[in-house]
Amino acid sequence: MSRPSSPESSPLAVELQGVGREFGERPVLQGVTLQLAAGQTLAILGANGAGKTTLLRLVAGLIEPTWGRARVLGAKLPGERGRLRGRVGLVGHDPLLYRDLTARENLALQCRLHNLGPERVEELLGAVGASRFADRPIRELSRGMVQRVAVARALVASPPLLLLDEPQANLDPQARANLEPLVGRASGRTRLLTSHEPQAALREADLVLGLRAGRAAFLLPAESVGSRELEGLYR
Amino acid sequence: MSATLPRTERRAEVELRRRPTTLSAAATLLAVELKLEGRTYELLPGMALFVIGAFVVFHFALNRGALEGDLAAGVLAVALLLGALLAVNRLFVRELEQGGFEALLLAPVPPAALLLAKTAALFIYMCLLEAVGLPAYALLLLARSPLGVLGGVVAVLALANLGVAVLGGLIAALTIRARARELLAPLLYLPLLLPVLIGAASGLSPLFAVHAPSFGRWLAGEGGRWLTVLGLYDLVFGLIGSALFDFLLED
Amino acid sequence: MDRRKHRKGHPALLPLATALAIALAYSLTFFYAPLEAQEGFLQKIFYLHVPLAIVTLCGFVFGGLLGALHLKTGDPRWDLRSYVAIHIGQIFGVCVLITGSIWAKGSWGHWWVWNEPTLDSFLIIMLLYCTYQPLRFAIEDRRRQARYASVFAITAGAFVPLSMVVVRLAPQYVHPRVLSSTNNLPASMGITFVVALVAIALLYLSLWRFEVEVKSLRLRLKRAEARRAQAIEEEAGREEVMVS
Repeated sequence: MSRPSSPESSPLAVELQGVGREFGERPVLQGVTLQLAAGQTLAILGANGAGKTTLLRLVAGLIEPTWGRARVLGAKLPGERGRLRGRVGLVGHDPLLYRDLTARENLALQCRLHNLGPERVEELLGAVGASRFADRPIRELSRGMVQRVAVARALVASPPLLLLDEPQANLDPQARANLEPLVGRASGRTRLLTSHEPQAALREADLVLGLRAGRAAFLLPAESVGSRELEGLYR
Repeated sequence: MSATLPRTERRAEVELRRRPTTLSAAATLLAVELKLEGRTYELLPGMALFVIGAFVVFHFALNRGALEGDLAAGVLAVALLLGALLAVNRLFVRELEQGGFEALLLAPVPPAALLLAKTAALFIYMCLLEAVGLPAYALLLLARSPLGVLGGVVAVLALANLGVAVLGGLIAALTIRARARELLAPLLYLPLLLPVLIGAASGLSPLFAVHAPSFGRWLAGEGGRWLTVLGLYDLVFGLIGSALFDFLLED
Repeated sequence: MDRRKHRKGHPALLPLATALAIALAYSLTFFYAPLEAQEGFLQKIFYLHVPLAIVTLCGFVFGGLLGALHLKTGDPRWDLRSYVAIHIGQIFGVCVLITGSIWAKGSWGHWWVWNEPTLDSFLIIMLLYCTYQPLRFAIEDRRRQARYASVFAITAGAFVPLSMVVVRLAPQYVHPRVLSSTNNLPASMGITFVVALVAIALLYLSLWRFEVEVKSLRLRLKRAEARRAQAIEEEAGREEVMVS
């Protein structure tokens, strides 16, 4: 699917050079270097605490790297995260939705913040299959329903870059099928995804990054990743 | 179902070039804040009950049934200040607990918009609080009716509310992600509010005297002076706050 | 890296000047300045108390300016300088309150009297600055802590002059005790006061520079140790992989 390119897009959507981040005095991520072309998918694998979520938040521009440099969609990090705003969709553990607002109201808020009209809300609700429960407050919805609305929220401004932190976690097979064209490989977007199901992730990905204790254990094309590499991560 | 997306996606990408301004984003966020408060009533009833409770406490602590002048002004100012403390502790809790900060940082909106919205919300909450609290005060503790001096009282309280809101937004943003913030926020907030307290109490005390001066005379004398002091204080911290807002919300 | 090359002048100049100024100021206080008619010998505390107060308040504003530089440049060294400026201001501030109390007790018979607007607003300012360290230690992320501390330093630094003005206007001070008036001082007292002011200011600057240097050194040492520990850990990790 051909996508309109913006003037700042380079063939590389994400470039990281020796990127690291510390919290307090502890380094949570160190020395990560990789390049991801536009339209490709990177799977990030690793045990809990390996730094997967931190890496995603860093690429999203939510936090700045303590060390190293990065370039995401043409924006230099550290320094230019303002340019990333509105161009990255993040679906993570936190749905980032107000619990006491309905799905429709949450999406309407996001559309207004992205300068989009109300018709976009209906499109999104239809696309993720949330129209029938759009007028119930988020706190009344099941996890699967919330996840669908969270995906809609992430897609509000049709971001060229999608960051998915265990995206299939709460979804039933029907929902997964529904969302596949939006957040899956077929969407044509550049994607970084983390997963606790290595086999499923490998099927989705072009490139795989294995993280162990904040450092890159391996960076390989998906075909080359075997059981030996995977074992090393979860030891 | 997904066939509609490509067309609108292209449009969406073009429209993104026009980012919302700080003011329009702040207005949107303010509307959401007020809508949420209207649905959950997390702040206002608590603040109102607390302030009225404070009046009762003062009655027993001072052992007086009717206050006038200095004492009346001071007690009202302190009670409203306590209500403000409650609000400041809770001002950003929804954003903290429901991912509001991150959702905002991902949107093409200046982070200062959130702070502006919360400051405006706090101002509105204080006004609503006083709409309930002043009649309650008149009923419980005030020796004279406030009706004759309402103009002056409203003017003083409006400017005081502005100071409370501006400083409150700043302190709430500073402490929202700190440990023990319920303890830290009042400690930081109270000294900063003292000049507002002094201004409000000094401005109100001639009005709460049993034989209060006319509005014109009050404005020409004490009233005018304290309104000016309050206004200037609000202005200075409003400017400082707006310059510092951006540094408070990014990570 | 030999930092001394970048320093202007000789590093011992400031402490030397400070010592001289203090010696001069307090010799003048005891041997030159005349005995004040009403309060007698106790009045000489004026040459300690008032310069301390002025320098403390200026120190807090100075801390705010350093905080602004930190926010502008993002360089953590400015944050350290801001922290130390405020920290020393706090210590001097406590001395102000103590000397003020001694003077009050001697002149008025009470350890605290609410009739001097400058001292009363000083109390409010100290209450505010007491929250500086609790605020810093309540924020765990180092960079956010430094940023928020700078925001506080700027806000509090602006608060210093504003609160003094507002408190002075408050109705209870219609007849203030003129503790810090330097308007109608005879020449001898005036000179002594100015020298004392300069001495205390130099003392502040010496202590500030000293503490900044000591803390910077400690930080660099800690970081070097952390890097060494990490390198050792990495070596051990690599050996482990090779062995397995």
